[in-house]
Amino acid sequence: MHELSIAQSILDIITEEMRRHHVERIVSVRLKIGEMSAVVPESLTFCWSIVTKDTPAEGSRLDIVSLPIEARCLACDSVFFVQNYVYVCPKCGSGDLAILSGKELQIQDFETPDF
Amino acid sequence: MKVPVVRNILEANKRIADENRTLFGSKRILVLNLMSSPGAGKTTLLEKTIDLLKDRFRIGVIEGDIQTSTDAERIAGHGVQVVQINTDGACHLDGNMIREALTQLDLDALDLLVVENVGNLVCPAEFDVGEHHKVMILSTTEGDDKPKKYPLMFQESSVLLVNKIDLLPYINCRIEVIRRASAEINPNLKVLEISATTGEGLPLWTNWLEEQIRQIRGTD
Ligand SMILES: [Zn+2]
Repeated sequence: MHELSIAQSILDIITEEMRRHHVERIVSVRLKIGEMSAVVPESLTFCWSIVTKDTPAEGSRLDIVSLPIEARCLACDSVFFVQNYVYVCPKCGSGDLAILSGKELQIQDFETPDF
Repeated sequence: MKVPVVRNILEANKRIADENRTLFGSKRILVLNLMSSPGAGKTTLLEKTIDLLKDRFRIGVIEGDIQTSTDAERIAGHGVQVVQINTDGACHLDGNMIREALTQLDLDALDLLVVENVGNLVCPAEFDVGEHHKVMILSTTEGDDKPKKYPLMFQESSVLLVNKIDLLPYINCRIEVIRRASAEINPNLKVLEISATTGEGLPLWTNWLEEQIRQIRGTD
């Protein structure tokens, strides 16, 4: 259940950003979550509803964009999606990879109500 | 209206972990984050490791536990510095908990600090505490399908200790399956087969540890 700590961290950042932008209410927060981070979206959404209670973010929605694991082979330079957690280049068989995405745990933006 | 933010959700934890790491570097202490599911043998391994190394290195332990302090009492019985963190329900340790625990340790009197994380295969891998290496223990009784179920921890770790190999004749666990799956997830993962109970394989582990401590301490 690291979703609770993650929800709390999102709230800390969002509260700070709302203050900075002089925003009093928000309707949604957009997140980029990589496949490697083992975050269960339903669980994070549930934790979000708990931690935002009685805060300016209460009632807001989390829009979670899940990102697959993408890697570049350092031996042959091919770029591919890692399937089933096999970190091996499908083209040349090398295990020497740079992870391009899939570890994200990132806030993209938030949306304020329209007036 | 959309307001761009683009910030890493765990940035606060990362910042504190980096401060911890800088402190460890300045004191030249090797710090390990020891992770496993409950009952994999973390505390027994620690007890054996301490007994094998305490004549040569000064060792400290931070014990993370959801509620009890029984593990810390066991470790304290081996004559090393130990601090207990009770997470009160949290399933992992984070950078800030470690920073607070450090105030209760004499860092100038340590060569090796082991953080025994809460027993859990998911969350501890996500929270950097400032360690140099994550070390994972997987016991043979947990089965050989764990790497595919909990890939992040296997990917983040430097060493995988496959514990309880003395039980292999009695259970259905194939070490080669663990090795193959681990290598696919993390080709750089060092896999060592041990039994913390019988002591089999432990020199492989303590040799690796000694090498790491010497690297951190330099040539002295
Ligand atoms: Zn390749």
